Amino acid sequence: MLSRTADHLFWMSRYTERAENTSRMLNVNYETSLLPQSAVAAQVGWQGLLSISELLPSYTEKHGEVTPRSVMEFMVRDEDNPSSIISCLRAARENARAVRGALTTEVWETHNTTWLEVNRMLKSGEFEADPAKFFEWVKFRSHLSRGVTLGTMLMDEALYFMRLGTFLERADNTARLVDVKFHAAENDFLGAAGEHDQEYDFYHWSAILRSVSGFEVYRKVYRDVIKPERVAELLILRSDMPRSLHASLNEVVSNLRLVDSDPYSETLRHAGKLRADLQFSRIDEILATGLHAYLTQFLDRVNTLGGRISRDFLVPSAA
Amino acid sequence: MLKFDEMYEKLTPAKAGQDQSQSQSQGQVPGEGVRAHYEAYAQWLARQPDDVMRSRREEAEMIFRRVGITFAVYGAKDEDGSGTERLIPFDLIPRIIPAHEWASMEQGLVQRVTALNRFIHDVYHDQEILKAGVVPREQIEGNAQFRPEMMGVDVPNNVYSHISGIDIVRAPDAQGKGEYYVLEDNLRVPSGVSYMLENRKMMMRLFPDLFSKNRVAPVAHYPDLLLETLRASSPATTAEPTVVVLTPGMYNSAYFEHAFLAQQMGIELVEGQDLVVKDNFVYMRTTRGPKRVDVIYRRVDDDFLDPLAFRPTSTLGCEGLMGAYRAGNVAICNAVGTGVADDKSIYPYVPKMIEFYLGEKPILNNVPTYMCRHPDELKYVLANMKDLVVKEVHGAGGYGMLVGPAATKAEIEDFSKAVLANPAGYIAQPTLSLSSCPTYVESGIAPRHIDLRPFVLSAKTVQMVPGGLTRVALKDGSLVVNSSQGGGTKDTWILEA
Repeated sequence: MLSRTADHLFWMSRYTERAENTSRMLNVNYETSLLPQSAVAAQVGWQGLLSISELLPSYTEKHGEVTPRSVMEFMVRDEDNPSSIISCLRAARENARAVRGALTTEVWETHNTTWLEVNRMLKSGEFEADPAKFFEWVKFRSHLSRGVTLGTMLMDEALYFMRLGTFLERADNTARLVDVKFHAAENDFLGAAGEHDQEYDFYHWSAILRSVSGFEVYRKVYRDVIKPERVAELLILRSDMPRSLHASLNEVVSNLRLVDSDPYSETLRHAGKLRADLQFSRIDEILATGLHAYLTQFLDRVNTLGGRISRDFLVPSAA
Repeated sequence: MLKFDEMYEKLTPAKAGQDQSQSQSQGQVPGEGVRAHYEAYAQWLARQPDDVMRSRREEAEMIFRRVGITFAVYGAKDEDGSGTERLIPFDLIPRIIPAHEWASMEQGLVQRVTALNRFIHDVYHDQEILKAGVVPREQIEGNAQFRPEMMGVDVPNNVYSHISGIDIVRAPDAQGKGEYYVLEDNLRVPSGVSYMLENRKMMMRLFPDLFSKNRVAPVAHYPDLLLETLRASSPATTAEPTVVVLTPGMYNSAYFEHAFLAQQMGIELVEGQDLVVKDNFVYMRTTRGPKRVDVIYRRVDDDFLDPLAFRPTSTLGCEGLMGAYRAGNVAICNAVGTGVADDKSIYPYVPKMIEFYLGEKPILNNVPTYMCRHPDELKYVLANMKDLVVKEVHGAGGYGMLVGPAATKAEIEDFSKAVLANPAGYIAQPTLSLSSCPTYVESGIAPRHIDLRPFVLSAKTVQMVPGGLTRVALKDGSLVVNSSQGGGTKDTWILEA
């Protein structure tokens, strides 16, 4: 397959996944903000959301003070913000359009309809009228695009590059989410919390879980009250949690194997090593050495891996 | 001007002015005496409730948007976020041609395109037609579309124009009987075939009952014929040719068509940046390294194909492509240099080409054309300018043109002087009364002018699917059918009796 085609497919999936994750985080924050909590906690939530995507500086420049309405505006419909939902859906659709011939009709029409619909919804005021419904919709369009992809695409390189994009992006997004949310709770972390914070804690951690559809999963896996170290373990190390780093890396490695003709390639070795680290780590070790440092390093390595995939397959410098 | 319609023997004269559409409601057409091949359709149309047809129109538009059958308008931006992509208006009323008329049109197209290919081959080889004095040498060598790079280059099957779009109009002859005329030959990168295919798909989806009642010749096998044509045009270097479509990219106005055809044929859609030439062979960059390309169905103009050979600033092509092409290691479809045969100044010679190369009488009419370079024709043109359309030979897009019936005395005098000063630079044609076809407009159904573009495929044989793309000028009285000028399209039916 053409390298350029693979590149478009890869990024099409990444942007779709990114739109979904942004939507998930916005939704949880929005719903949390409806709960009676201190203004400070809400503020921390919205601010954290901007830090996840490293957007605090560009937001502050444009809007100054962090307010729910402005953050939502900025993260949903601001076309100057490359990480906004509208920008991600546009990029996904533009990438799809560039290779529409490599997609099944259903996959293309899913992306195109998402694009046409999101414009209509933002224009008609449907988003403001019911933000939660809008966020759900974005999430389900992403579910649909993944499902249509798996249900209709020939199982060849095109599909594998799309899957690679999805899971590399998911690994990145989940890591950022965990990093920022744990950072926010840092002061209270590991037994330092006083009695009065317990309620706050519950909502804080359950919000993280719900943003990755992990609330029920947590209960099922641990049958325990919500404890931060277990949340971290679920989202980082559990290979059966579909949005965890470990599960994402499993998919990255297996799809990379399918597209790489060389089983000893450097890129595959990097991916495999990153996966092995997750496979054979324990959460208490990670927490002991510092979660933030661990995740920062993880994000670095995911980023390097993305660069390698690009260089090997997507934009080769020479023929 | 005499009104001449496809569906009716006669348009109602009182209403044949520009206001006729105002007084019409849906389902009523200003005309009498439905022509035989339209009868079944006209009866069906009369039975359709207005609101059903309206909702069908909306449904069609919705589907076209979702499928993304759009064309890009350069430099335009819509406020609704749909960017620069527009729909080409699709009209629900088909244009119908009886099978026997098509049969002779098809013969004429095969003949015409065969002769044009012979002509291009001749121009770039022995130039017999120039030596015989049938076409003046300066008409070729002074032509900007003539590519000296192609002299002596052999191409597979001696075919240059693999895909030819021949624009045909219908107009009354001297006796008031309908006749088909070739208006223009498009031998470079003719577009529109995807609309022909999508229009049919849409009609079958919206009105399946129409197709069970009428025997409409199918067109859906066009991509198959096209792939067969491209494969048969491969250089002899391989038995299993790799065929690609070369597009300028997703911001080109015809991008949908490029992607559509590549997908329908199951071949790669490449851009210039995906191609690389090494040792006079063309390769595409794939995830598994370079892969050789044997046939390029290019939708990029000559000028942009190879910065080494043509426009040096072009990024749409591939460096060294012409070298590989001249070495016979890759086929380019259509060939480089076909423009020399579809120029306005060459058009009048096509009937003579048919006689010269094939020894046959032309089956399809040219619009009678007076070449002012001939003294007797110049004399006629000057004497009858008020009834003629006079065109500058190298003019395009309506510039350097005089429409006699619409011109003032002073304009005619000025133009006469210009023609006299440089007779070889002008041709003249009678003003044709193009046929119209009932079409949905804002206020209902009204006659609008149409043309037809069949797509003729040439490799080892010449073939085509029945019909072509019917374009319609949606503005009242307008003769301009181009999509960039607000033209629309219709489904085209070749109807078996």
